[in-house]
Amino acid sequence: MIEIQNIEKHFGDNHVLKNVSFTFEKGKTNLIIGESGSGKTILIKILIGLHGMDSGTVLFDGVNFNAIKIKEQRRLRQEIGMLFQAGALYDSMTVEENIMFPLSMFTEQTEEEKLERVNFCLKRVNLEGKNNLLPAELSGGMTKRVAIARAIVMQPKYLLCDEPNSGLDPKTAIIIDNLIQEITKEYNITTIVNTHDMNSVMEIGENIAFINHGKIWWTGNKDELLNSENKELNNFVFASKLFKRLKQEDEKC
Amino acid sequence: MIKLLHHLGLYIIMMKKVISAPEKWSIFRKQLILEMEKVGLNSVGIVIVLSFFVGAVVSIQTSINMSNPLLPSYLVGLASRDSLILEFSPTMISLILAGKVGSSIASEIGSMRVTEQIDALEIMGINSASFLVLPKIIAAVLFFPFLIIMSMGVGMIGAWIGAIGATDITTADFMYGLKYDFNAFYITYAVIKTIFFAFIISSVSAYFGYHTKGGAIAVGKASTTAVVASSILILLFNYLLTDIMLS
Repeated sequence: MIEIQNIEKHFGDNHVLKNVSFTFEKGKTNLIIGESGSGKTILIKILIGLHGMDSGTVLFDGVNFNAIKIKEQRRLRQEIGMLFQAGALYDSMTVEENIMFPLSMFTEQTEEEKLERVNFCLKRVNLEGKNNLLPAELSGGMTKRVAIARAIVMQPKYLLCDEPNSGLDPKTAIIIDNLIQEITKEYNITTIVNTHDMNSVMEIGENIAFINHGKIWWTGNKDELLNSENKELNNFVFASKLFKRLKQEDEKC
Repeated sequence: MIKLLHHLGLYIIMMKKVISAPEKWSIFRKQLILEMEKVGLNSVGIVIVLSFFVGAVVSIQTSINMSNPLLPSYLVGLASRDSLILEFSPTMISLILAGKVGSSIASEIGSMRVTEQIDALEIMGINSASFLVLPKIIAAVLFFPFLIIMSMGVGMIGAWIGAIGATDITTADFMYGLKYDFNAFYITYAVIKTIFFAFIISSVSAYFGYHTKGGAIAVGKASTTAVVASSILILLFNYLLTDIMLS
């Protein structure tokens, strides 16, 4: 479980996060949704210490991330798997080397053991046999899947995904969403997905925080989302004609 | 001035992170070998070509300027030797390496920054500054002195070929000049200067790459700024070190 309490963040005069508090539950896919520029990415970067905050607390299973020493923060980070928007695979390494990298850095496993784990992760993301490809040879969906494999190779307790579907076609996006949800259930981890994709929200949104102009305006799950009376949330959710029509049909029924 | 102090502060903070024990020595060793190849071995060609031709030009120009019957012809060898050892090899080659190696370091690290690869390292719990920059600094500091010594040798071969090919100086006169009143400390001085320059090139370029913000244009800008800043610092330290060590 990850808890954030009263997070404040300014960039000069720009107040990007205003007293943000939320609990990301273990074993669930927790979603942070909102428009572009609403403060989602900065929130996720604050969570993992890539950006500082003006005030507030981030608790990883009760451990205050900002109150522990840098060495302890690094150790805690080894329990976090992160899926970046563009994958962030290391260009000079093959798929296998990318996934094996955290194992080589932090474990004393033999080459055979590491390879076995890499192959297991590749199989888990349906990319068996792609070991020797370079990131430049991968499609967008494959890049995301390799990034997921790298994120789970150390069996993390927390999985953070920054817009995992950006740049993907709807079918591939659903595959990635389902993969994230399956992994969350399988390993009983705390997963946070930062997205503005409503298809993702309806697919995997078990615990959702809607962020707008730096504030959390609404929290709930995907079933509660469509029936919410929250004006800001409705403006965001029903911006798409498809969702507007769905709601109208739902109301008629 | 404030901007300069800001950069200096960030540079010191980065170097504090860089100078720390590697997370895993076996990976560090692999990276160091890779960096030696990228930073050092890949520069051998350009150093040989430049040193040879500059050596040849130095000897031709020296002989033209010394075409006086009162001046002994062996002076061409002596002047070429001292020019190459004292200035051309350590300083000029370092300036060229600032362009080649410095821009490569800044753009490599800058690209990693803008594509979130550095963030990915940090998330894994890796000290990204130390992981990426330390092997480059050590590789440069270890390898550049060899490049510079090689440049001196090749430059002198170029000077000899230039002298005997374009002027009427004999090989014996040239060789006599090369050996005449040789001060071995000049080599030490050149190597010490090179070590300083290698540190400047690798760390300053890494600093600009590491602090890149934005996209592809920012990477290009970081690369250019790294070369300019390294070159200015090389010239400044050249003056300071020469003043300290030779005056």
